[in-house]
Amino acid sequence: MKTILRQRVLVNLLMVLGIGAWMILGVVANGVRAQTTAEAPPAGAPPAAGAAAAAPAPPAKIDTGDTAWVLTSSALVLAMTAPGLALFYGGMVREKNALGTIMHSFIILCLISIQWVLWGYSLAFGPDKGHIVGGLEWVGLAGVAMDQPNVDYAATIPHQAYMIFQAMFAVITVALISGAYAERMKFSSFLVFSLLWATFVYDPLAHWVWGKGGWIGTNGGLGALDFAGGTVVHISSGVSGLACALVLGRRLGYGKEHMAPHNLPMTVLGASMLWFGWFGFNAGSAVAAGALATSAFVVTNTATAAAALAWMVAEWLYRGKPTVLGAASGAVAGLVAITPASGFVGPLSSIVIGAGAGVFCYLAVIVKSRLGYDDSLDAFGVHGIGGTWGALATGLFASKAINSGGADGLFFGNPGQLWLQFIAVLAAWALAFVGTFVILKIVDWTMGLRVANEDEQLGLDLSQHEERAYSKG
Amino acid sequence: MKKIEAVIKPFKLEEVKDALTEIGVFGMTVTEVRGFGRQKGHKEAYRGTEYTVEFLPKTKIEVVVPDNLTEKVIATLLRTAKTGSIGDGKIFVTTLSDVIRIRTGETGDRAL
Repeated sequence: MKTILRQRVLVNLLMVLGIGAWMILGVVANGVRAQTTAEAPPAGAPPAAGAAAAAPAPPAKIDTGDTAWVLTSSALVLAMTAPGLALFYGGMVREKNALGTIMHSFIILCLISIQWVLWGYSLAFGPDKGHIVGGLEWVGLAGVAMDQPNVDYAATIPHQAYMIFQAMFAVITVALISGAYAERMKFSSFLVFSLLWATFVYDPLAHWVWGKGGWIGTNGGLGALDFAGGTVVHISSGVSGLACALVLGRRLGYGKEHMAPHNLPMTVLGASMLWFGWFGFNAGSAVAAGALATSAFVVTNTATAAAALAWMVAEWLYRGKPTVLGAASGAVAGLVAITPASGFVGPLSSIVIGAGAGVFCYLAVIVKSRLGYDDSLDAFGVHGIGGTWGALATGLFASKAINSGGADGLFFGNPGQLWLQFIAVLAAWALAFVGTFVILKIVDWTMGLRVANEDEQLGLDLSQHEERAYSKG
Repeated sequence: MKKIEAVIKPFKLEEVKDALTEIGVFGMTVTEVRGFGRQKGHKEAYRGTEYTVEFLPKTKIEVVVPDNLTEKVIATLLRTAKTGSIGDGKIFVTTLSDVIRIRTGETGDRAL
């Protein structure tokens, strides 16, 4: 009886989604018609109604250097997800789950790329609705011009360049969570969860912080600073990872069986790839190729190096040996922590932020093993803790001398900024945890979250994909 | 005929093989094995988690030789596989009732 009821609920859900898809198609069709007319303005005409109304400012003009940098950055951020994160996570799991784990990152790249174009970008960055979410006006990229800037977000690059840059952020955020449920989630449920999470957690949160009119950020909100995604990307994915670990429960044999990483060279390669791609993430977030991008690039590299050293030394002192996985994890923790601060802090501050990240995140993964929840690859320990530290540290170290469009932090005479950062952290934690919890419960109730015990023992590669990562000859 | 099985440290394999070939052992079977004896395992730590690895990797050599060669093989194994530290391994000797070469059907010492 129960299963029939659940299936009926699922069928109803799918019908609703189907109707939604038809509506979207209708809007897309409209949008295509609108675009063909809207995107061909007479030469020399003011580019957009918003810009014209804004003031006597000169008409927005596309800068080829800025556009080249943002498009390059978009490709760099793509490389963070695949191959970066795919290898980083893929090396840390057991051999029998290597392909399944790599597939998580790879297929999220595909899934969210489509979601973003169809409705994700519109929900996150579209015309504001009550400071909570973007409207559906830009569904299917209707009105998102390829030859005109949107001055609310980036005045010197085509709107679609900004859109595709942001698409890569949405992709990696969803992929980061997979570290928490690695080695035990059913593939079909994973797809549904990822799609729902991107739509109901990521898109609104991105709107709160970065969307024009969102209630938290600097684009018409409270004024909390988040340069490249400390709250939007890292707190959201890390805290959601914690919710996943709690709802899914531990892997079979956790604490008893040997669950050591099967290929650490792969993990180090992935961490290095993340570091490389992160220059697009942080320096690209200047959405211009100039001084601010340069400063963000420098502090990103500096903080990352400091964090890797700090984790290594902390582990050396605490356990007696400096580990390779520790250094690689420290680098990622540093990248996470500098993300929200990267456009607002100087190089010396970035060393403190990075070193703090290395130590705090190392402590977090030690505490995890005592608390007994199974966040398989430490999505929460690295991204949740590192992101929280980075968001708060932005309120400490931000300086208008670095970015006049930002704000001063506590150490530069503005204690109020730390409070704003705290509110942003709290809001991101709340939305991520509650949103993820509810989505997981719905998916669990309708289709089940975990693979069957025998499938988990066999491994995701064979049970979910009928493939092996390594052929035995 | 005797079957001599020796569990040795993996890095000693080349040296042992060369020495055995020299004294007239014409074939052997080698397997990568895991196990433990008096030598304790070691610890590994990945982030916050520590594992004790009890089964250590070893190499098992199997040779079958005529009775008159047995002592010489054992002496060679003792000389070449030994490092003097714990974990050098063990030698097991069993009496074999027969050996048959599949290609020709020869039996006994002629099949070795």
